[in-house]
Order: sequence, then structure tokens, then C-alpha cells
Amino acid sequence: MSALHDTARQLLESGTAAVVIGYGEGTAGSARPLFVRDAARAGELVFDERCVHNLSVYLLKPEVKALGKAAIVGQPATLRSILQLASEQQVKEGDVIVLLPETEGGVRQIGSFAEIEEAVSEADAQLSPEEKACLDEIAALPRVDRWRFWQQEFTRCLKCYACRAACPLCYCAQCIVEVNQPQWIPVPPHPLGNMDWHLVRAMHLAGRCIGCGECARACPVDIPLNLLNQVIEEEISGQFGAHAGLSASASYALSTFTTGDKDTFIR
Amino acid sequence: MAEFEPKITAFVCTWCTYAGADLTGTSRIKYASNVRVLRVPCTGRIDFMYILQAFAQGADGVIVSGCHPADCHYTSGNLHARRRWVVLRRLLDFVGVDTRRIHFAWVSAAEGAKWADLVNSVVSTVRELGPYDEYRQAIPAHLIPGGTAA
Repeated sequence: MSALHDTARQLLESGTAAVVIGYGEGTAGSARPLFVRDAARAGELVFDERCVHNLSVYLLKPEVKALGKAAIVGQPATLRSILQLASEQQVKEGDVIVLLPETEGGVRQIGSFAEIEEAVSEADAQLSPEEKACLDEIAALPRVDRWRFWQQEFTRCLKCYACRAACPLCYCAQCIVEVNQPQWIPVPPHPLGNMDWHLVRAMHLAGRCIGCGECARACPVDIPLNLLNQVIEEEISGQFGAHAGLSASASYALSTFTTGDKDTFIR
Repeated sequence: MAEFEPKITAFVCTWCTYAGADLTGTSRIKYASNVRVLRVPCTGRIDFMYILQAFAQGADGVIVSGCHPADCHYTSGNLHARRRWVVLRRLLDFVGVDTRRIHFAWVSAAEGAKWADLVNSVVSTVRELGPYDEYRQAIPAHLIPGGTAA
């Protein structure tokens, strides 16, 4: 912990970073995002097993950008979010410093995209065995049961859009859900409209989602939204061999094609 | 009770399938009249929301059809669309949407007979499946715009 405090203090004192985005003590024993701008307060940063949230969502917020160059306390998902944002021209080289706390107590400081690319591996992009088992379990259900399962899940959706707010890759200035000419997503809260919203989000993240699971974590009614993104990730990596968030210069899987793409379902 | 007549919505590209369907007519080939054809510039123009909206508004089946690969008027619109369909089909199947009601095809401007065969086969498949009320029942009746479901 002290290595993290020292690094943060140094960065702020030297002016290398104007703000350190990290985790601090929250209420009821939770960790919450903490924005440290004053070197004297670097000691308030914490990093432990409670600090699972992907903080890179803050990098694109205008009020955070206005503070100046940011250093962000990260983990593999944060690194991959930054690479994906970079490939979408949302983050520039040198915009951000990543502080990776290491298990031995040190802090690794990463400044360039090339170093971030080195720090992530394809293994990070694979679904974990638990995630895979969960997908297979749902996929093995008869279709009608899958429909019922998801309808029950979507019935609880409050359309609070916490999934969108927590997602580092949901950065559109105007989201389709706020478009009302035409009204793509029905306004009344019914399962079909809720499903429309979650399918739209999944499709708009297809090939871009880096699988941090922040959407499901943010969901106040515990809809396993990450499964929708994971099933797409599985399809895209299986069919097109592409993974999001491994390179700052990769092109998006759905903005490209090969003549040999799967077409057995097309007559 | 009269036999169930499925409503099929077809999203077709203007350059190939729309012209192909036109050829079906000028060739005097008879085919099922259950299909409502919606013309778009290219299959690449078809947002997947069109398909969901079609089901929500009363379609029992959907056809998506355009130029064969390498024939796209815009060079690669259909190839981009194909990638999206691969992903979309997997996602819809995963959430339990009945993908037997969504049919993709390549029908060129010269394939009037293929269009007739395609429509006939989709109509008979969907007729067997019955109306897609399961989908529309996810909207409570009092929230359906304009009254009851089609």
C-alpha cells in the first residue's frame, strides 16, 4: 500500500499527473472511486480485494478530462479498456498513466500503449472456465426455457442505465435509448422493451466489450448482463478470431470482414 | 377457424433482391402473398433493431435478403452485414428468440424463381410454427400502442 501512496504522491508533486484515480474507503466497508488531486491526500488510497471496479470509465468524462493528465489505479481489465478506447481514438498516447499494484507490494507504472500491450495477454481476453460453464448451462436449456429465463431477468430491469454508466466503452454522446425519432427502445417498462435495451447495448458492444463485468456488477437488480456480452465475445473470437482490448491499433471485428466468413445459415 | 396466415416481413436490398422480386412478378411466377417487402439501400443498412421491431409489431417471420457476396452495389455492404448476422443470430438464440423465424438469403436480380421459392418455404415453415405471440406477450396489453396486438 505504501508503494502506491508514494507513487501517487510523487506523480502529483512533480506535476506528472494532475489527478490520481484510485480506490478509497467507502461506506459500510466498501471501496469507492477516489480522485486524489492533492499530494497530501495520497495516503487515502487503498487497494485490496474489494477494489474490483473498472475505473477507466472515468477517463472520458469531461469533468475528469478537465482536471488534466490522469494516473489510474488499474488491473488487467483497466489495461484492456484503455487499449480498446485507444483503438477507438478515445484516448491518446500519453493521456494516461496506469498504476498497477503488484502482489509483492510494489507498484508498476505504465505510460505508453506499447507497454500496456505487453502487459496484457490473450489469456486475459479468454472467458474463464466458470464463465464458459455458465454460458453452456444456459445454452443447453430448451429454447422456450431460455426465453422464460431471460424474460424473468428483464422483467426486473428498472431502466436505470447503471449498466451504461458503469461501462468504459459506452461513451456515445447521444445514446440510442435517448433517441425518440424514431423511438427505438420502448419507453414503458415491459420485458420486451427492457430486452430491446439490453440487446441493443450488447450489439453495440459486440467486438468491443472487454469483459470487465462492470455492467452486471453495477446492476441494482442483479441481471447477469455480462452473459450477453460474453456470448458475443465467444462467437466473435470463435468465428473471426478477434479479441477486443489487446491492441491500441486493432480494427473493430464488425467493421471488417473476410470472404470466408460463416455463411451456412444463409440460403 | 380459418387457417393461420403468417405475416412475413422481408427486408431486401434495392439492387438485387428487390429487383429479383420484381422479376418474379414480371415472370408471372405465383408465390405466397404473406410477405410484406421493405426496400432498403443495402443489407448493410439493416439495423438488427428492424428485425426486433418487426416481431414486436406483428410479424411472425422475417426475411433478410440482398446481393450475393461479391455482387454488392457498394462492394462490401453485404459482407459487413453477414458478420453482424452471425453475431446477432447467436445472441438472439441465447436469449431464447425463435431463430427459426428469421431467414437470411442471397437473391440476385436474376433469381426471380429463387425469391418465390424462398418466400414459399419461409411461409410454410412459419405457418407450422404458428403465430409468434410468445414474443408480443412480453408486452402487457395495456402498454401496446394503439390497442391490441396485431
